[in-house]
Amino acid sequence: MGFKNAPMTTVKPVEGKENLFSPEVRAEIDSWIAKYPEQWRQSAVMAALRIVQDANGGYLTEALMDQVAAYLDMPAIAVYEVATFYSMYELKPVGRHKVCVCTNVSCMVNGSDKIVDHMEQKLGIKLGETTEDGRYTLKEVECLGACGGAPMFQIGTKYYENLTPELVDSILDGLE
Amino acid sequence: MSEDQTVTIEVDGREIQAKAGQMLIDATDAAGINIPRFCYHKKLSVSANCRMCLVEVAKVPKPLPACATPVAEGMKVQTRSPLAIAAQKGTMEFLLINHPLDCPVCDQGGECELQDVALGYGDDVSRFVEGKRVVMDKEIGPLISTDLTRCIHCTRCVRFGAEIAGVRELGATGRGEHMTIGTYIEKSVDSELSGNMIDVCPVGSLTSKPFRFRARAWELIQRDAIAPHDAVGSNLHLHVRRNEVMRVHPKENDAVNECWISDRDRFSYTALNSAERLDTPLVKTRGEWKESGWHEALTRVASGLKEAGSDLGVLASPGCTVEELHLARKLANGLGSERIETRLRQGDFRTAAGAWLGQSVTDLERCSAALLIGSNVRKEQPIFGHRLRKAALEGCDVSFINPLELEMNYAARQIVTPPAAMAGEVAAVARAAGAAGPLIDQAEVTERHQAIAERLKAAPAATLLLGNLAQAHPDYAVLLTLASALAKATGAVLGQLPAGANSVGAQLVGAVGDGLDAMLAQPAKGYLLMGVEPGYDLWDPAAANAALTQSGFVVALSGFRSESLEAVADVILPVSAFAETSGTFVNAEGTWQSFAGAVSPKGETRPAWKVLRVLGNLLDLQGFDHDSSEEVLAEARQQAEGRQLDNAPADAVTECRLVDAALTRIGDVPIYAVDALVRHAAPLQKTRDAIAAAIYINESEAAKAGLTAGMQAAVTQNGTRVILPVTIDPNIPNGCVRIPAGVAGTEQLGGQFGEVTLEKA
Ligand code: SF4
Ligand code: FES
Ligand code: FES
Repeated sequence: MGFKNAPMTTVKPVEGKENLFSPEVRAEIDSWIAKYPEQWRQSAVMAALRIVQDANGGYLTEALMDQVAAYLDMPAIAVYEVATFYSMYELKPVGRHKVCVCTNVSCMVNGSDKIVDHMEQKLGIKLGETTEDGRYTLKEVECLGACGGAPMFQIGTKYYENLTPELVDSILDGLE
Repeated sequence: MSEDQTVTIEVDGREIQAKAGQMLIDATDAAGINIPRFCYHKKLSVSANCRMCLVEVAKVPKPLPACATPVAEGMKVQTRSPLAIAAQKGTMEFLLINHPLDCPVCDQGGECELQDVALGYGDDVSRFVEGKRVVMDKEIGPLISTDLTRCIHCTRCVRFGAEIAGVRELGATGRGEHMTIGTYIEKSVDSELSGNMIDVCPVGSLTSKPFRFRARAWELIQRDAIAPHDAVGSNLHLHVRRNEVMRVHPKENDAVNECWISDRDRFSYTALNSAERLDTPLVKTRGEWKESGWHEALTRVASGLKEAGSDLGVLASPGCTVEELHLARKLANGLGSERIETRLRQGDFRTAAGAWLGQSVTDLERCSAALLIGSNVRKEQPIFGHRLRKAALEGCDVSFINPLELEMNYAARQIVTPPAAMAGEVAAVARAAGAAGPLIDQAEVTERHQAIAERLKAAPAATLLLGNLAQAHPDYAVLLTLASALAKATGAVLGQLPAGANSVGAQLVGAVGDGLDAMLAQPAKGYLLMGVEPGYDLWDPAAANAALTQSGFVVALSGFRSESLEAVADVILPVSAFAETSGTFVNAEGTWQSFAGAVSPKGETRPAWKVLRVLGNLLDLQGFDHDSSEEVLAEARQQAEGRQLDNAPADAVTECRLVDAALTRIGDVPIYAVDALVRHAAPLQKTRDAIAAAIYINESEAAKAGLTAGMQAAVTQNGTRVILPVTIDPNIPNGCVRIPAGVAGTEQLGGQFGEVTLEKA
């Protein structure tokens, strides 16, 4: 009996799940829960965290993670583990546009350092920081699986590939 | 392949037999072939994340982790080939990259798995010149210290929490270089088995807080002992330095405690040198307590006991050893008295029954249906709780009938009902199972009862267990009668979870009498108290205080000073505590386990058996000339010969005494209030489970009485009134209020169960 063959559920399901989140968020999470066997409700944790993060302006709070835990009948620590492991979850407020720039091997050999330098200079912030006006956050991430188009970054749900400093300028300036 | 098929494999040129499907490391361990490891632990799931156990397997190009490679017929394994050693050394080098070189100030130094393995597989000089990572330590409570920079991310502690303790408290947050062990939010680790994480941690990342910086491993001498706080009889190793118990570890015994012990057994040693330890005899003269010599004190006791003669009552803790109880009974008998009692928290003596587990400890984890009546087994006897949890995870259907809702660490059915209705619930299950008789015939059967009865009947191995709350119930005899009928109807084994380390031994040596009422209703001329603090260790402290105050002479054998004792006693004789005396406990399943003293008695204290022997001599009684505790034991064993305990009640009792009152007290004894040693163990008293005296009540009952959380309120029970704070607790049913027993603030109150009234203070 271990992590792998039994769900790490809490023993006592939380009552009043209908008071957690908005009806839309709940409906979306439920559609993910429905994809898994009944006792594996917690398999929806990644989707749930993403949905809740999106609904909260791009970041998670402890309270929201606790609510996800309650909603999925998981121990809270198991949700913290997931949320702190994956780089797409934010635990602090981020800017309106989160620029996730890949600095992994393929991107690095294709000049991601230059792209990072350029953006840091242009925006006046370092990796991991947010501009004062709250427009941009720069975030360093590992390989996003688009090595063919290295160097690359991701903003929102979009990938931008074969970046050059000029291209970066036009992309960033084109965002509202 | 079936589980019990054997296969032959070859390891380092040697042929060994293994069970098919077994992991390679289990097979090599059994054959005495050493493979280094960190994350592997035989009682935990395989995570294979440390990679220290890499070995070479013929026909496989890359080294494989022995802990996650199942054996197969004809497999050829090299644990020391150049490839295997290169892999092991490589892993070691990576593990040491971030590990601090602080062994000289690390408590694990000298008994560290990393240190040991590094000696064999590490290099003398590190090639790593970059900065090492540092992790901030976390505050996780009074029992465990963290030095997380030393953590090697084996996740044994995390798996222990999830799989053994059954609560996920520690986790691994962050990723890669940034992964840390902790609770993420600041919170204490509260499991009653948490101390085992210290043992499973292979490095000095989790260490014992009370032991921190007290001694080095190589200064300690290991002695065996038996845990004194519950009827499990966990086997212990006491680590002693210069006549002081420095710490307590489990001694592995798969038939009893496996490789675990409860925090109660691990940390209670801290009370041995507490400021309240009594180390000289105390004599009360004209209302004043004075220290005295043994001679003077014993003479006074002898004359007091002689005076009492056949009107002597002996109240002894069920944590006293077989030897002590045997001599105490003999002493009383010698004076012409038959009055001795060790069932100090039993609420009903209308029927006689032998209380024992009814089965072996390991049977508990093999049962397929269990019904526990009046038991919070997880906190009463944590290791039994763990065994039942194991059964539950294997599919055992576990149900509880209790006066309050429990926090469970596995899924179980809980029937929660006020104390006065518990008998009705048991009767309903019995009726559903096809039993008949008074109470049963009138019981109202619902689906829940039906479900429990069906499971009990269908299960190949079913058990019914009565716990501490049942024993303390004023209708214990009724509960036992009904449970016995239910057991007959379902074929389930009837068992009980006796409270003390030697509850079973006490019955076998005849240290049980006609009950507490017989002992206290009419004050005896003299009382001998052994390991008993009247305000904390008895079912009805108010009645006990009254009887003892009116008695002519009270002598107490005690390890601690205690106001509750000093208020009623005339002489207090200081006796050796746990670890200082030799003795024998008979655990719940009936196993006799003897132990020697590990350290010499503190100060002027003497082992209780010696004190009783000398008293026997002073009173000119026959047969008190034993030279050793072994002699006493031999005599006691002879006495016990042929005595069999039977959980079935001698007489059927079906008349309920506890009537449905407007408000009934539930007086459970919290895990860290069970005996004087535990009550004086400072680290345990700082845990969340050290439940304080308070009025625990649910929201609607509180509102009825006009009370809110945090308010002070007055409780009145049998005319005694005490003021306690109010705590709102949704786990308490309507019509009930939980006021724990055995904790400071309740030493004047009445019985553990009974009618109370509440009002604003
Ligand atoms: S704290 Fe100890 S047991 Fe837990 S992961 Fe780290 S090294 Fe392993
Ligand atoms: S390395 Fe950047 S996308 Fe793969
Ligand atoms: S012991 Fe096998 S990988 Fe850790």
